[in-house]
Amino acid sequence: MFNFVLRRLLIAIPSLLGISAILYCILAVAPGDPFGDLATNPAVPAEVIASLRAKFGLDDPPWLRYAHWLLAMFQGDWGYSFVSRVEVGHLILQRLPTTLFVVGISQVLAMAVALPVGVYAAVRPYSLFDHLASAMAFVGFSLPTFFTGVLLIMLFSIQLGWLPLVYQADLPETGWAWFAAQIRQSLMPIMVLALFQCASWTRYIRSAVLDVAYLDYVTTARAKGLGEFKVVLRHIVRNSLIPVITLVALQIPAIFGGAIVTEQIFRVPGIGSLLISSILANDTPVVMAVTFVFACLVVGFNILADLAYGWVDPRIKND
Amino acid sequence: MLGAIVLMVVFGPLLWPVAINDIDFGARLQGPTLAHPMGTDDLGQDLLARMLYGGRISLAVGLAAMVVSVLVGVTVGAVAAMSRGTVGTSLVWLTDLFLSLPQLPLLLLILYLFRDTLAASLGQEAGTFILVTCVLGGLRWMSVARLTRGQFLSLREKDFVEAARAVGATRARQTFRHILPNSASSIIVAATINVAEAIVAESTLSFLGLGFPSDVPTWGRLLFESKDYLDIAAYWALFAGGAIFLTVLCINFIGDGLRDALDPREVRV
Amino acid sequence: MTGVETSKTPAVLSIQDLRVHFRTDGAMVRSVDGVSLEVSAGETVCIVGESGSGKTVTAHSVMRLIPTPPGRFVGGRILWKGEDVVQMSAARLGRMRAKEVGIIFQEPMTSLNPVYTVGDQIAESVCLHEGVSKRIGLNRAVEMLELVRIPNARRRISEYPHQFSGGMRQRVMIAMALACRPQLLIADEPTTALDVTIQSQILELLQDLKAQMGMALLLITHAMGVVAEMAQRVVVMYAGRVVEEGSVEQVFANPQHPYTRGLIRCIPRIDGTAGSKLHLPTIAGVVPNLALAQEGCGYAGRCTSASAVCRTVVPNLIAHEPGHRAACVLVESGAGHIAAAPKF
Repeated sequence: MFNFVLRRLLIAIPSLLGISAILYCILAVAPGDPFGDLATNPAVPAEVIASLRAKFGLDDPPWLRYAHWLLAMFQGDWGYSFVSRVEVGHLILQRLPTTLFVVGISQVLAMAVALPVGVYAAVRPYSLFDHLASAMAFVGFSLPTFFTGVLLIMLFSIQLGWLPLVYQADLPETGWAWFAAQIRQSLMPIMVLALFQCASWTRYIRSAVLDVAYLDYVTTARAKGLGEFKVVLRHIVRNSLIPVITLVALQIPAIFGGAIVTEQIFRVPGIGSLLISSILANDTPVVMAVTFVFACLVVGFNILADLAYGWVDPRIKND
Repeated sequence: MLGAIVLMVVFGPLLWPVAINDIDFGARLQGPTLAHPMGTDDLGQDLLARMLYGGRISLAVGLAAMVVSVLVGVTVGAVAAMSRGTVGTSLVWLTDLFLSLPQLPLLLLILYLFRDTLAASLGQEAGTFILVTCVLGGLRWMSVARLTRGQFLSLREKDFVEAARAVGATRARQTFRHILPNSASSIIVAATINVAEAIVAESTLSFLGLGFPSDVPTWGRLLFESKDYLDIAAYWALFAGGAIFLTVLCINFIGDGLRDALDPREVRV
Repeated sequence: MTGVETSKTPAVLSIQDLRVHFRTDGAMVRSVDGVSLEVSAGETVCIVGESGSGKTVTAHSVMRLIPTPPGRFVGGRILWKGEDVVQMSAARLGRMRAKEVGIIFQEPMTSLNPVYTVGDQIAESVCLHEGVSKRIGLNRAVEMLELVRIPNARRRISEYPHQFSGGMRQRVMIAMALACRPQLLIADEPTTALDVTIQSQILELLQDLKAQMGMALLLITHAMGVVAEMAQRVVVMYAGRVVEEGSVEQVFANPQHPYTRGLIRCIPRIDGTAGSKLHLPTIAGVVPNLALAQEGCGYAGRCTSASAVCRTVVPNLIAHEPGHRAACVLVESGAGHIAAAPKF
């Protein structure tokens, strides 16, 4: 098992390198000097430009520039934001927890609903429940996240006035009131993200369970006298989890993408909205760093998923 | 329903005489009326006209991106499956690498960096169109590639392909005449879903303000513009978002139907 | 309608006029269309027939393992020690399965759950039925693996199914089915998916275990050779119905139904006396489409001795001699009695 973990970690490193290489290539190929308009921007002090140029080694050969940049990235030296003059690392750390909070809770919620619904629909295929669940899942998954967000705002903020439109990082309340206010303001972004993933996962779980439900070993389990519930739980679901984990892993990049959208709509101060605002403001170091962070998140979660897969499927573990 | 939508966006602008950019401050933010069946926006521009025009673009982008991703994906997948040794493995590694890329951030990044240059050289709309299509296609080919590779790998070992090999068919011939037609059904299903995803992606980009230039009224852009007027002009957002939703719904529906029809594995109880 | 009974010991399993239909896309398939048979305590009964004869469905019905969305129990009773399985509550059924009746399936490669160890899977039924701890369950698993002659049992209970070969997996299945000492073991074509050398080992194992544990064995097969080796009584099925039944000696010495005769004639013989030395004898034709209502005898379409009445009247099981019945008009008329089939 330890070997397996080690191997996975080792594979992740070339992936990160590859991603960073691609990222760097894109920037290198981009027309114009990335710091061109910086030079003309009176707000940026000369020493910042100089250190940036040095760090990016703009006059060095490309591979050297890349190596420098990579080294700097891994050392945590991500430079300074053009716009706010705050250290980029600091900016990101400020915003990252919010994003992780919203994304994390929404996904847990999504799975908590998708799993039982998907399993039950598959165990009673073509029943009323199944038809309803499948139809709702279908609609949910065809609704783009930004539309859902807009609809929710229209309903809950404008029509009903229950939930606030804008997310505030610093809530004036304290103690329980703060907690309640926090829930109120995060509810909509969480719901938007959760809804979409839940719909997508319900469909997939249903399909994965259906694939397993008619296999021979399920009949064997019944033949042992196990009650239907136990059969479903211990035998069917356990085996369907394997492809589901793969799917979850593959969708992690998209989930973070979705978070960007929700952060924009609800003005949640996470790294997604940081990315957008820095793009619109031509704040290159921040853009680079945030994209890199996204890439690390994705690779990290993929490793987790791989590990989970290895833990769940003994055929992998023992090879 | 999809047919209706397609017909409308293709022929609509020809029939509806109102120009998309006719600014008429007198008619700002009106709900649906006879003169403006979908109402007007904050500049008094007719929404129906803008929707029809935007629809064309959204659909075109969706289709074009799908073509790009399917072409790249099938090629990569096929080559990866049919070649032995390092070419195959490195293509697989490349596919996995691209799969781990954070798509939306990268999309945004590339658009931000390259939009202006391309616009300068090819004209606003065309330039952006090509960029968006290439980027969307370029980041979506991976699942098609995986699918193709999987299909090809299993078909490659089937008896009828081996028979072809035995009579001296070259690998190219085996691929095109035997394996490809048999994997066509799954590729078609994947392609259909790809179109829906591409449309959503393009709308997302426009919604974030980073897709087509601001005067091009793609549906995502319309939704973006409607965001600030939700309390007084709800119809605006509803039409724009609703159009995207309905289109995607129909495409998904078709894709699902195709998959049910073409994939014999589905359990029929 | 139990008919003539020659077995001295009481019947533990009594299937009476069982009818099981399946709803598929549009059509209703009559898989089992009026099957009756009995198994006495400690007896080996073989159900033999080709694919589609309904033998597997009959066997699975005994433990109500037929999935009931497509399947339906349309009629008849299955009496296990006097209780009707079809009407049993889920709780009673759960207690009956594995504890009183065990079953092993045709495909050992897919019949074991790949994510649990072999020991866990065997212990699961022990712990369930006897309410003992996991440790005791695993000990029983070791005992059972030793019983089915798997070497290194204690080490192997922590291994996963994919680490066993096909023949070994079938032994594991047997161990699992017998873990709670059931009184009847149903074996659904247990050797069909295995190669010939393993086949004989498994069959021998089944014989030994049966003697050791004093249980009854209901063996489903399509191979007459297996029947000859294992059975005390034979039930021949065709197109969802029983066409002949009797002791193995009776049926082989004096097959009454044209189908049984055909089956026996089809057994390849090394000296080629059954037919010409160049051709293996076969039964021409195919099994009828069970989605369509059968008028008359199901075998009429392939029977060389069929007459007009065969296509209109469903023949009942008529006794040719005590304990030996066949469903054919030829038995009725006495014209079917042909002198001895090939000797073995």
